[in-house]
Amino acid sequence: MTTFNDSEPTVAQERETSQGRIFTVQGNDWDELLHDLSSTPAQERIVVNMGPQHPSTHGVLRLILELDGETVTQARCGIGYLHTGIEKNMEFRTWTQGVTFVTRMDYLSPFFNETAYCLGVEKLLGITDQIPERANVIRVMMMELNRISSHLVCLATGGMELGALTAMTFGFRERELVLDVFEMITGLRMNHAFIRPGGLAQDLPEGAEKKVQELLDMLPGRLKDTADLLVDNTIWKGRTVGVGTLDLAGCMALGITGPILRSTGLPHDLRKSQPYCGYETYEFDVPVQTSSDAYGRFLIRIAEMFESMKIVQQCLDRLKPGPVMIEDKKIAWPAQLAHGADGTGNSFEHIRQIMGTSMEALIHHFKLVTEGFKVPAGQAYVAVESPRGELGVHLVSDGGTRPYRVHFRDPSFTNLQATAAMCEGAQIADVVAAVASIDPVMGGVDR
Amino acid sequence: MNGDTSGYGGLVVRNDPIAASQRPFGGAFDSIADAIEAALPNHAQVITGVVIDRDQMIVQVQRDRLLEFVRVLRDDPALRFEVCLGVSGVHFPEQEGAELHAHYPFLSITHNRRVFVEVTAPDADPVIDSITSVYPTNDWHERETYDFFGIIFSGHPYLTRIQMPDDWLGHPQRKDYPLGGIPVEFKGAQIDPPDQRRSYNK
Repeated sequence: MTTFNDSEPTVAQERETSQGRIFTVQGNDWDELLHDLSSTPAQERIVVNMGPQHPSTHGVLRLILELDGETVTQARCGIGYLHTGIEKNMEFRTWTQGVTFVTRMDYLSPFFNETAYCLGVEKLLGITDQIPERANVIRVMMMELNRISSHLVCLATGGMELGALTAMTFGFRERELVLDVFEMITGLRMNHAFIRPGGLAQDLPEGAEKKVQELLDMLPGRLKDTADLLVDNTIWKGRTVGVGTLDLAGCMALGITGPILRSTGLPHDLRKSQPYCGYETYEFDVPVQTSSDAYGRFLIRIAEMFESMKIVQQCLDRLKPGPVMIEDKKIAWPAQLAHGADGTGNSFEHIRQIMGTSMEALIHHFKLVTEGFKVPAGQAYVAVESPRGELGVHLVSDGGTRPYRVHFRDPSFTNLQATAAMCEGAQIADVVAAVASIDPVMGGVDR
Repeated sequence: MNGDTSGYGGLVVRNDPIAASQRPFGGAFDSIADAIEAALPNHAQVITGVVIDRDQMIVQVQRDRLLEFVRVLRDDPALRFEVCLGVSGVHFPEQEGAELHAHYPFLSITHNRRVFVEVTAPDADPVIDSITSVYPTNDWHERETYDFFGIIFSGHPYLTRIQMPDDWLGHPQRKDYPLGGIPVEFKGAQIDPPDQRRSYNK
């Protein structure tokens, strides 16, 4: 039985279902709801559906909370609202085109998705050792800049969700500085498709190193301002200290990695334990806290941003001129990009060579771009340390020019399972702080 | 199925993956194998094969012995694979009797090494034991693999769809499931579903 009242849309609406009465609350009508509830026999429990469209759920995450007063007795997640079938789509595109898909998965850490995927393809091809040094350095540089921008969003949205709006404006302002660098180097703020199997789509443009250096000169002061806003802030500590706790045993059982795991005191970081892209040659520390709570994760993310800047500085220092794509012409993307009067496109020299002088080069270019390269049959699992934890890629090839199966083990997906463990028994306001400290990105969760 | 979209290639060059490896496996893999054999007296009945490929160790396990095997992986001090990184399904329609593969990556932080476990199930009886009782992290991962491949993880506490809507029919990432879409008519022009467009045809 429905008693919708169209003429007064702000009044709490109720309807009877087989599960009991369901209220639709739209804001400013809490009084009516309580009045309605008080006129009926006491309810045993209240189930609140929070999200998927809610400003405090960190994206299209749906939380189903069972409440006893203000206390959460059960918390469940509903996901899938951002499922786009990326893994299935990739089976119908070449290995190189796959980069364009994976960069859109966890949209706050696109370079990690791209690198993990490309490392997987390179492992299947057996060319891991042939990636040019310069490509690896730029990969590391982009990833670490990306770690900063990703942590800044975590800080900004997390701050906003807890009412620290200045943290949000600061966080997004600083992130924009990093995205400016991304835009200059790759052409796009997000969804870059810059890292490709075999190397990079193109070399750094002129002036990029200078711009990165300017960013490195500016960021520490800016980050310190943001950190100073919150680190000793009584309200911030009141909202995060002891909130969303999950100990080491819980993390192990739930497969949690990244800052949440390091907030329990375990310095597990794949960049140290199983290095890739030459991480073993960089000097940096793995920040650890022992409080196992949302505040500890916040401190770790702040410290990681400073560590990332150390790595980016080392990348700048060791950037030497050289190729950014593998030498093997059967794999290397044939296009030679250049800036022309009408924007970025194939270089005039390359077009002149394939169109005017070498029929074989034209055929080769055409085959590699339309058909793609073949990848020997087999499977590979490759993992990188993304801002949120272990980002794993499981690739299966049947020997063809397209992936047979691509699976991303996204850390957001796994870490989000900890919501129940972190929230049950806590107050409803702490759910927001706990979910913000998990920092899930729904694009990565749902793929 | 040669992946050629140019329309000119008729030549199919295929190579099969490595089917099975023999001892010595090389590197740390022999010590993992030794530890498994020491911890599991009936390993011959549990393990059907080992593949060493591209510096990875993939252990193929009988599907009704999976739970017993992963418990040893987690609990034996010489193995101690504390973290399971989920499960990834793969559908091989041409492998009769073993169409569905489940691929489990494991990580040992203690010994800093990885091992992969592979289990197969036929399409006719797509049941694999759930390992959520040993690795609770696989809760959502098994739901996802059920959702996309139709592998039924028996013993899972709440095996429901996780990404697709509850009333969805079929399991989208199986190879016999077409790539999405219905024909779309836009301003009088008909747009084929993606799997029927030329560039998608294998």
